[in-house]
Amino acid sequence: MSAVTAEPEQASGHPSVPERAGVLYDAPGPRARLRNNVLTVLVILAVLLAAYVMVTKLEEKNQLDPALWTPFLRGDVWVNLILPGLLNTLSAAVVASLITVPFGFVLGIGRLSDHSWIRVPAGVVVEFFRAIPLLIMIFAVMYGGSAVFGLTVTPFAAVVIGLVLYNGSVLAEIVRAGIQSIPRGQSEAALAVGLRKGQVMRMILLPQAVTAMMPAIVAQLVVLLKDTALGFIVAFEDLLNAGARVLPSNFNNIIPAVIVIAIVYIIINLIVGAIATWLERRSRRSRRTTARPVEPPGAIVVPGPAPGVSAVD
Amino acid sequence: MHALFEEFPTIREAFWLTIRLTFASGITALVLGTILAAMRVSPLPVLRGIGTAYVNILRNTPLTLVIVFCGLGLGLVLDVSFSTSLSTNYLWLSIIGLSAYTAAFVCEAIRAGINTVPLGQAEAARAIGLTFSQNLRLIVLPQALRAVIAPLGSILIALTKNTTVAAAIGVTEASLTMKTLFEAHGDAVVPIFFGFALGFLVLTLPTGLLFTWLSKRLAVVR
Repeated sequence: MSAVTAEPEQASGHPSVPERAGVLYDAPGPRARLRNNVLTVLVILAVLLAAYVMVTKLEEKNQLDPALWTPFLRGDVWVNLILPGLLNTLSAAVVASLITVPFGFVLGIGRLSDHSWIRVPAGVVVEFFRAIPLLIMIFAVMYGGSAVFGLTVTPFAAVVIGLVLYNGSVLAEIVRAGIQSIPRGQSEAALAVGLRKGQVMRMILLPQAVTAMMPAIVAQLVVLLKDTALGFIVAFEDLLNAGARVLPSNFNNIIPAVIVIAIVYIIINLIVGAIATWLERRSRRSRRTTARPVEPPGAIVVPGPAPGVSAVD
Repeated sequence: MHALFEEFPTIREAFWLTIRLTFASGITALVLGTILAAMRVSPLPVLRGIGTAYVNILRNTPLTLVIVFCGLGLGLVLDVSFSTSLSTNYLWLSIIGLSAYTAAFVCEAIRAGINTVPLGQAEAARAIGLTFSQNLRLIVLPQALRAVIAPLGSILIALTKNTTVAAAIGVTEASLTMKTLFEAHGDAVVPIFFGFALGFLVLTLPTGLLFTWLSKRLAVVR
């Protein structure tokens, strides 16, 4: 907790001070309060000015025409045009998650194997799919499927396969970190009472690791859900397709449509993100594991008064 | 294999564009992300609110949507124009999208870095009378940035891979070029794919090594 953005109360310690002091600045006195108020007014004016410029620009291009925005008040627009896209996005995300999780576990446990003929290939697969862009994978699956195997790969299948390969590899790293975060005494004790390697993994390490890595897995599922939008590029009829192709072709309203679709994505991701935070808190309290919660590889963790964990994507 | 050598100049051009996209978006995102981080720790609740809202919106929006909005919304409808050449214009619009998206992650990384700076540093700075901006500029940010070189490296690697999304608005970087080559050389899909995959490995693996080395070299000794 001895960090610069630690709880502001600790720094001021004066309950009588009306405005809380941060650690980077003193509790404001009369002059600082005046200056802060002036600056606040200036910032608000700047925001209003920016909003004004934007509105004029939109007005100029007739983007505030009610005809472009009212479709979103109609039930049939949602039912016929938006929800099918949302359904496709969610089903791609769910199917991909269901395959990704076991795939990630197999790869992650494989990387911890004592046998190099399992460990090395698992490591190569994980590092390869983590290093190349997902879109390249999706293209490769679509074109490779027909060119090499003579199969017609649907955009749905290409998106799901790409998502599984990429996110499965990231998940493998989470699984590895989760298992490695369990104190060595656990597996040593298990071996000492006569359990075999497989039993130690199955009965001692995995049950504890799952609790520790649950929040990281759910955080990675937000990334997966966001990445389904790449399907737009290969003509997958997902939520983004509804916003950027279907709605504009009906109402010629690309800007309103993309904004509304963005709000839908943000709401879904905030819900999944909230589940991850809830799991994180639960697993921090949990007595079912000796390990601390693990983060996705390369994730940015901000503790303090405005906490946040972002899986970098 | 033939196709790969035959098309080498095209592939080189495509990766050069990927590198330029990464570089331009990376610099812009670093500047914007630092400003956002400063806003999020500032004494003004309005600025903190704007910073928080920006990060939460951009972090939870798919990058493809951001790029499509920049290309079709800003470019086609609002006529935001940087160049008379259509392809250069889309290039700049995709740089806007990539920087706007990446800045949210840079902001969070820097905020995480600010958290690693011991409390005493900022307290001492305040004790000798430094203002908020002096405190941030002279004391806290230099230490914070040196603490988050490794996360900034993983953001840069993610950005390198994310430049492929610019294909959504027709920027002929590596992924779109790969697709075009797939269509032109249906018999050489596998070698072309491994050629491009190798290209990305060459871009991302050394970046990872460089940033790990830098983060050790520049770590603040405490």
